[in-house]
Amino acid sequence: MAHGHNSKEKVVFVGDSRVKKGSMVNIPPDFTAFPGKSEAFIPYFLLKEWMVGVVVLVGFLVLTIAHPAPLGYPADPMNAAFIPMPDWYFLFMYQLLKYPYVAGDYVVLGVMGIPGLAFGALLLAPFLDTGKERRFYRRPIASALMLLSLISVVYLTKVSWDHYQGQLEATGTKPEHIIREEKAREAYEKGQPAPSVVKRAKPIAIVAEDDPALELMKQNNCLSCHASDLNGNSGIPALRGIGDQFTKEELANVVTNGNGNMPAFKDKLSAAEIDQIATWLSKQKKAE
Amino acid sequence: MFKGIYNWIDERLDITPMWRDVADHEVPEHVNPAHHFSAFVYCFGGLTFFITVIQILSGMFLTMYYVPDIINAYASVDYLQHKVAFGGIVRAMHHWGASLVIVMMFLHTLRVFFTGSYKAPREMNWVVGMLIFFIMLGLGLTGYLLPWDNKAYFATKVTLQIAESVPYLGPYIKELLNGGEIVGAQTLTRFFAIHVFFLPGALLALLAAHFFMIRKQGISGPL
Ligand code: HEC
Ligand code: HEM
Repeated sequence: MAHGHNSKEKVVFVGDSRVKKGSMVNIPPDFTAFPGKSEAFIPYFLLKEWMVGVVVLVGFLVLTIAHPAPLGYPADPMNAAFIPMPDWYFLFMYQLLKYPYVAGDYVVLGVMGIPGLAFGALLLAPFLDTGKERRFYRRPIASALMLLSLISVVYLTKVSWDHYQGQLEATGTKPEHIIREEKAREAYEKGQPAPSVVKRAKPIAIVAEDDPALELMKQNNCLSCHASDLNGNSGIPALRGIGDQFTKEELANVVTNGNGNMPAFKDKLSAAEIDQIATWLSKQKKAE
Repeated sequence: MFKGIYNWIDERLDITPMWRDVADHEVPEHVNPAHHFSAFVYCFGGLTFFITVIQILSGMFLTMYYVPDIINAYASVDYLQHKVAFGGIVRAMHHWGASLVIVMMFLHTLRVFFTGSYKAPREMNWVVGMLIFFIMLGLGLTGYLLPWDNKAYFATKVTLQIAESVPYLGPYIKELLNGGEIVGAQTLTRFFAIHVFFLPGALLALLAAHFFMIRKQGISGPL
């Protein structure tokens, strides 16, 4: 079913299959139209492509081992001095928006106009460049526009990057992931563990853990709801640090009369016992 | 034994034509780097796919440790990078792969452009390709926030400010992505969902369309 060599490619689909006739409805046309050595996709061609893939893979793995992915310090929205920087492939658009004639009053041009035009033209390229000629040197307009865009993208990216480096220098800043790496290396050379940058909220300690009030609470099942470590459960508040939120009177009131799902204890505990517990609870303040 | 299993399935589902079609279609000489060294430019599409597969696989392993909330996100990445065996390598693969896939896709686009392969009858495949291009940029944008370090946070803040300056729709786009007034807890969960579910889903669908069309139309002829 060769279609013969015909340069008007519109009708001559290429592709081939050794599928036996009859087992398939759509038999793709073959490559006998082209002179030369064509070969089956699997395994022969894919193997050649895999050779190229292996070269890329080895390079890639060397890169990943030689350069760990950067990680700075945890996000701190209050950090006003941080110099924002998008990933490198967005820099050309980022830089574009810094020019006065596409920013400020004309920002529409910068965020919609120019990128819209460029990406719109790229998206619709087949419908804008409808000639039959495929060779790039015979399509000077399309090729020239593409080359021009390429040059501008490279240029804008470079300007943006240089500007960033300049900013770093002017403010004497080092990118955070580099500071981190250096500190980790210093620590390593001194034989110390790498400094931890993750701030763990310190658990609030229980104050006066040997007070008999705690024993009293255990006996009255307070801990079965508020958890044996007093950290609370879902829907049940923690009692650690409770003294920061309530006064002794308020605490005594909650325990005496209950509140929502918190049962009242006025029948189970004497006023003196409640006072003892409330006094202890009011001492539960965060250390600092 | 494998032949037995294969025959058993084939008898029922007649799968031979399907995979014979994929395996046996002829690839012409002009795109074969073994015959013409310069034909390596035709490998960029396959390489983009290769890196995309690496991204998907490494990403799947990253989500085993990553926690998408503002308190734990950074700590989980830090833990993965410094404590988990080979975690640093998996993260480096995903990090550098994200750049490499853009480079490869870019080179592939240039190959298709300069060989005029987007012309009839392949217009639709070019348009699908451009949609893939935008999805890839979206993946890069949303993934950049996830480590939740200062670089991630402030880059996203700037990006959303830029989105806000789009006339009329800007504030809505910003709020939709932000999930509120500020870059915060909602933004992170949103970006996470977009990065691991929405965009990869769209990407796979578009890739299927891309490959289906390539198979249907064959590679463009020699110049
Ligand atoms: C049945 C489970 C249960 C038991 C038993 C229980 N509590 Fe509670 N407690 C609760 C719940 C639920 C709340 C939250 C009530 C609300 O705010 O709606 C609460 C609230 C409190 C509060 C107020 C804290 C706040 O943040 O609102 C205090 C103080 C308190 N309990 C002390 C005690 C003490 C002391 C005991 C033992 C004598 C005890 N609770 C026994 C369930 C329980
Ligand atoms: C994840 C991204 C992409 C993958 C994995 C991919 C994969 C492929 C593969 C494997 C081919 C076969 C030929 C070759 O390897 O060069 C191909 C062809 C093609 N691609 Fe892509 N591609 C991607 C993105 C794009 C983009 C961004 C465009 C352009 C906007 C595009 C447009 C095309 C066209 C028009 C063809 C047919 C070319 C021909 O017949 O000569 N693709 N693609």
